[in-house]
Amino acid sequence: MVLVYIDQADQQIKKASLEALSYGAALAKQLGCQAEALVFGTIKDNLADLGKNGAQKVHQLKNETLNSLDVKVHSSLIANAAKNLNATVVVFAHNINGRAIAPAVAVKLNAGIVTGTCSLPNTENGFAVKKTVFSGKAFANINIETPIKVISINQNSFGLVAYNNAASIEEINLPIPPASIKIIKVEKIEGEIPLTEANLVVSGGRGLKGPENWGMLLDLAKALGAATACSRPVSDADWRPHHEHVGQTGIQIAPNLYIAIGISGAIQHLAGVNRSKTIVVINKDPEAPFFKAADYGVVGDAFEIVPKLTAAVLKAKAAN
Amino acid sequence: MKILVCISKTPDTTAKIAFIEGNTKFDESGVQWIINPYDEWYALVRAIELKEKDPATIIHLVTVGGVDAELIIRKALALGGDEAIRIDSTSNDSFTIAHQIAEVAKEGAYDLILTGKETIDYNSACIGSMLSALLDFPFVSLADHFELNGNTATVKREIESGEETCEVNLPLIVSCQKGMAEQRIPNMRGIMAARTKPLKVVAPMATLATTSISQFDLPPAKSGVKLIDPENMDALVKLLKEEAKVI
Ligand SMILES: Cc1cc2nc3c(=O)[nH]c(=O)nc-3n(C[C@H](O)[C@H](O)[C@H](O)COP(=O)(O)OP(=O)(O)OC[C@H]3O[C@@H](n4cnc5c(N)ncnc54)[C@H](O)[C@@H]3O)c2cc1C
Repeated sequence: MVLVYIDQADQQIKKASLEALSYGAALAKQLGCQAEALVFGTIKDNLADLGKNGAQKVHQLKNETLNSLDVKVHSSLIANAAKNLNATVVVFAHNINGRAIAPAVAVKLNAGIVTGTCSLPNTENGFAVKKTVFSGKAFANINIETPIKVISINQNSFGLVAYNNAASIEEINLPIPPASIKIIKVEKIEGEIPLTEANLVVSGGRGLKGPENWGMLLDLAKALGAATACSRPVSDADWRPHHEHVGQTGIQIAPNLYIAIGISGAIQHLAGVNRSKTIVVINKDPEAPFFKAADYGVVGDAFEIVPKLTAAVLKAKAAN
Repeated sequence: MKILVCISKTPDTTAKIAFIEGNTKFDESGVQWIINPYDEWYALVRAIELKEKDPATIIHLVTVGGVDAELIIRKALALGGDEAIRIDSTSNDSFTIAHQIAEVAKEGAYDLILTGKETIDYNSACIGSMLSALLDFPFVSLADHFELNGNTATVKREIESGEETCEVNLPLIVSCQKGMAEQRIPNMRGIMAARTKPLKVVAPMATLATTSISQFDLPPAKSGVKLIDPENMDALVKLLKEEAKVI
């Protein structure tokens, strides 16, 4: 059985987990078994809907202390549930929580783990999982050699697949270990599309000259319904918040569309974004290295081009 | 207070990524090696700052690697830290590496173990979490602030919808990212001092690898950029809609 851990934030199921579930269901089909979901905490969403992303059964450990992450607690509960349910593969989203928990679960299950996979494993002769390495500059095919396997999947790498399962919900009962951390403050970022989940991303670099010039970029992002990102020097200079920094030493993203404005395309920047499906580069220097990694390029002054692009997006939307 | 900082050797961020022997091995020729940036800029520097506040603090660095990792560990010692341990293994299986470090950690009875959020070569982001399971310590990942008050740490971590501050008792494992500390440049005194700091080499304990890399691939090259007239953004929108089908 393929067990997919369904992560939550604010008692809501995250898209990354639905994607992990779609992946788990496809993997289960490939292995000739069933995909089941494991959910912790009190969730506001309708859990039966997980059938639409491939779950045949949903196991819930309903306890509100599990709504926020405590790696020691979560990893031991997931490992125990996986043992009780006889899971042979445990799947996670390679998001903030999945990164923190999955390796500990692997240790507890004596399982080999591959984090950050981007496609279904090759199970013809063993269990070979492809993952991104060198921060997106290459892939490695890794064999997992243990009977139980743990894998986590990169966000936006597999997509959501619609299924027609009627998932039954079963409450499970496991003793909850004592908390190892105490949360004393939560600061939420409101009203922003999380960068790792975004399908569309508009990103700015040092070419925009200063934080006061970000208005036009935000207007474009708003017109598209896109999240915003930036290059490292921009976040280092505090023009934009740290969590927007993409690249080899920031976060790595793979949206459908990445629009780079006034970013030169240094190798460390490209590492974080080169898995984007389509890349648009706006830069006044025709020799900027980013054009080599781009699908569409506009050579010219961003201060003139970006407002025009925003107007064109709005015009196209209005025409629909 | 005893801190263990996990240090990994990685190719420089501008290194050409290529493979040899039928794409089964990373081509190391001409590659410059650096301390994994997350380990250096955030984990190590934060440990040094803690020692500057409380000079009784002891910092040990640990790396799992061959002899060539010693250059990197000496570079790290030039920034700070009292002594280093190299576990003599060239494994790239996270499970094996974590087991090796856990052995050293048990022996050293550390109060705090710091790692970077991931390495920039294999990007596994596994070691901190695995150590937590092996040592039965709490683990806080993706931390960008860390303060110590006696036996209790206050750590700020990234969560899906923002940030969360938590209190955790030592012993503890923390994976560090941007915000944790400011990058430092080693000075001459540090570099000189690093030459004589103890560097202990320990033999790896026997463990079975749980994974093996069979082959590497490079991503397909882009087919070439289509240039759009800056005066005609309607054309770009049309291409994004109809050709790329992304908006
Ligand atoms: C170890 C290491 C790790 C790193 N990690 C990262 C990382 O994770 N992410 C990252 O982004 N960087 C990273 N860097 C930094 C990286 O090398 C580059 O310095 C950085 O990406 C450059 O940012 P930029 O493109 O915004 O600025 P610049 O390189 O200064 O480029 C600005 C661009 O804007 C263009 N421009 C200027 N004015 C206009 C205008 N009016 N209209 C249109 N275009 C204009 C210019 O032609 C230029 O191409 C790292 C560096 C090192 C050494």
